Amino acid sequence: MRAVAEPSYRKRVGYQAMLLGGFATLATIFLLAGHMATKDVIKLRNQEDLLASLNEVIPASLYNNDLLANPLEIDDAQGHPVTVYRGAQGTQITAVAYEITGQGYAGEIRLIMGLDATGKVLGIRVLSHAETPGLGDKIEVQKTDWILGFNGLSLGNPPLEQWKVKKDGGQFDSFSGATITPRGVLKAIAQGLLFFKDHRTELTNPLVVESTSTPAH
Amino acid sequence: MTDYTRIIKDGLWDNNIIFVQSLALCPLLAVTGSASNGLGMGLATTSVLVASGAMVSIFREIITPQVRIPVFVLIIAVLVTLVDMSMNAWTHDLHKVLGLFIPLIVTNCAILGRAESFASRNKVAPAAFDGLMMGLGFTLALVILGAAREMLGSGTLFANAHLLLGGWASFLELELIPDYKGFLLIILPPGGFLVLGFILAGKRLIDRALAERKAKSAAVPASAPSNA
Repeated sequence: MRAVAEPSYRKRVGYQAMLLGGFATLATIFLLAGHMATKDVIKLRNQEDLLASLNEVIPASLYNNDLLANPLEIDDAQGHPVTVYRGAQGTQITAVAYEITGQGYAGEIRLIMGLDATGKVLGIRVLSHAETPGLGDKIEVQKTDWILGFNGLSLGNPPLEQWKVKKDGGQFDSFSGATITPRGVLKAIAQGLLFFKDHRTELTNPLVVESTSTPAH
Repeated sequence: MTDYTRIIKDGLWDNNIIFVQSLALCPLLAVTGSASNGLGMGLATTSVLVASGAMVSIFREIITPQVRIPVFVLIIAVLVTLVDMSMNAWTHDLHKVLGLFIPLIVTNCAILGRAESFASRNKVAPAAFDGLMMGLGFTLALVILGAAREMLGSGTLFANAHLLLGGWASFLELELIPDYKGFLLIILPPGGFLVLGFILAGKRLIDRALAERKAKSAAVPASAPSNA
């Protein structure tokens, strides 16, 4: 079959360019169609994920609003924007939750932290990490309840300089075989608590209920 | 003439992507911490292999040798992106586990290898069938390796299979060794190499035993007449 001479037009640059261009166009069409078909479902799934992790750190009894509605965007001390989700009873803010990140043994550790309106920790959970299985992954609530040990504490109880692992002069346990991981987590938590202290008034301002749905008389 | 028996044998055993060609070791070692992850990655790769085999074969007459590689890569990249998006939408929990590795299917040299060496030279049906068999062979390797590492490393088998296959698959999830403390080395990448080494050695032993039996049965009819 290969013995049949190729038609000469196939050797021209124009044919090759058309071929590549044609395939690129086809590829674009397919990807667009795929994107259109999946983007709403993916968005929904991501929101469910977010809501599920928010519910881990804000007890359902504390709020009666939509946690995902009207999040605040505030820059932290390093200038990175932090998205703050707020739980409220009526317009009264009862809880806030936001993401904090720490440097672990193997890259970033992302956590979500929930505080009540006075700055007391409601809950902290790990969202993602790449720590060593069996050692550093004890920060996951599925593995040990270490991360639950922060519940009810706040900045001042203990004071800031005590928010460290015992090895660094603080008051929190680390795990045998892994110090860097809990150290990174504690640093992130301390920064998170400072963030709340710095922006307390902004964060606990009563929720502004948007009145777009009820037209004025 | 296309020999479908040959394709089945090649894909699953004689020319298995992992056991014989030793291609695609990166996804192999990365995801085979558990049998369920291996199965998920294997099935995702299989769907890409089948579709890329068919697509490459459909267009084999108009693709010139000069531009074939970019075209193959483009086709494979589109298919992988589509698989990635649909898994994110419809098997979201599994995507959270495998998400990092799905885009890596693009770099799985076995797919480009099959496009180049088989699909571009054969009709659509055998090309897709070859993709299916190669994919199943790859899945088989991932599941065997995943199951071995999961049993040794975590003491479970098919943990989280319901994320992949739905609720009915919970019966697959076994806890073989209760209160197992785990064997960290096997779960980490070096464990993947170790277990793969033993599996490769095992395959060689089986192949040798098969060859010996074949040689013996070939020898018997030949010598039988002389005895008689």
